[in-house]
Amino acid sequence: MAVCIMVIVKENYPFYVRSIPVENELKFHSVVHTSLDLVDEKISAMGKALVDQRGLCPGLLYPTEDYKVYGYVTNSKVKFVTLVDSSNTAHRDNEICSMFWKLHNSYTDVTCNPFPNPGDRIRPRVFDNMVTSLMTQVC
Amino acid sequence: MADEALFLLLHNEMVSGVYKSAEQGEVENGRCITKLENMGFRVGQGLIERFTKDTARFKDELDIMKFICKDFWTTVFKKQIDNLRTNHQGIYVLQDNKFRLLTQMSSGKQYLEHASKYLAFTCGLIRGGLSNLGIKSIVTAEVSSMPACKFQVMIQKL
Repeated sequence: MAVCIMVIVKENYPFYVRSIPVENELKFHSVVHTSLDLVDEKISAMGKALVDQRGLCPGLLYPTEDYKVYGYVTNSKVKFVTLVDSSNTAHRDNEICSMFWKLHNSYTDVTCNPFPNPGDRIRPRVFDNMVTSLMTQVC
Repeated sequence: MADEALFLLLHNEMVSGVYKSAEQGEVENGRCITKLENMGFRVGQGLIERFTKDTARFKDELDIMKFICKDFWTTVFKKQIDNLRTNHQGIYVLQDNKFRLLTQMSSGKQYLEHASKYLAFTCGLIRGGLSNLGIKSIVTAEVSSMPACKFQVMIQKL
């Protein structure tokens, strides 16, 4: 089950954080922060080679003792990071990729909302509900 | 296609709406252009997010400019940019010989003085798109003979 989902904007601050249970949020902040370096590393490594469609989903960043961290970067330098419970080892890469795809679609809808300014930390309800359904579904 | 005409007409009304509301207050001409440009900026940000969802990652700045000239322009104006020039030092000139928003106005020098109002939104569109792709820029436009126009993009190196 996905334990935490974080959306990080290109200025490298978290635009949206959601975790279950909510108390561990601070711990997840530090884990995601360290994983950002790995995301940048993977992008620059891929930049030299030919880039294909799959390039957007680097997938597993690194496993820790309790969680596995997965990352995804969009063309507009927005990063999605997910922490998944290590106990569920049956996750396949394309399951995670499809989850990130849905996240990306919802995020695009959020940016097209004219009311909040870009960079505001808001909790749009539709995005919230979609994230909740994703977090409970991935297991 | 009906959607092309829709955007054209909406854009024309938008420009005249901004100028009409300016007449009531005492706002100079420059502010209206800024308002239109900022509108374009916000729209450009959202549009780019949608369009780059499926594309592969961009290799460098030139790649991004080519994307703007081909895919972005085609999706918004149903045609590509006719000519892209660069000095490889951060300045790009996009030339459109038959700019969709100006074709209905004239095909020569008539109404030239009003053309800048109708280009502000598109300048903002380009600037907003580039900003969401991580490029800070200044976009200006010039028209010497309608409906051809040139957009000059100056990349700001931080």
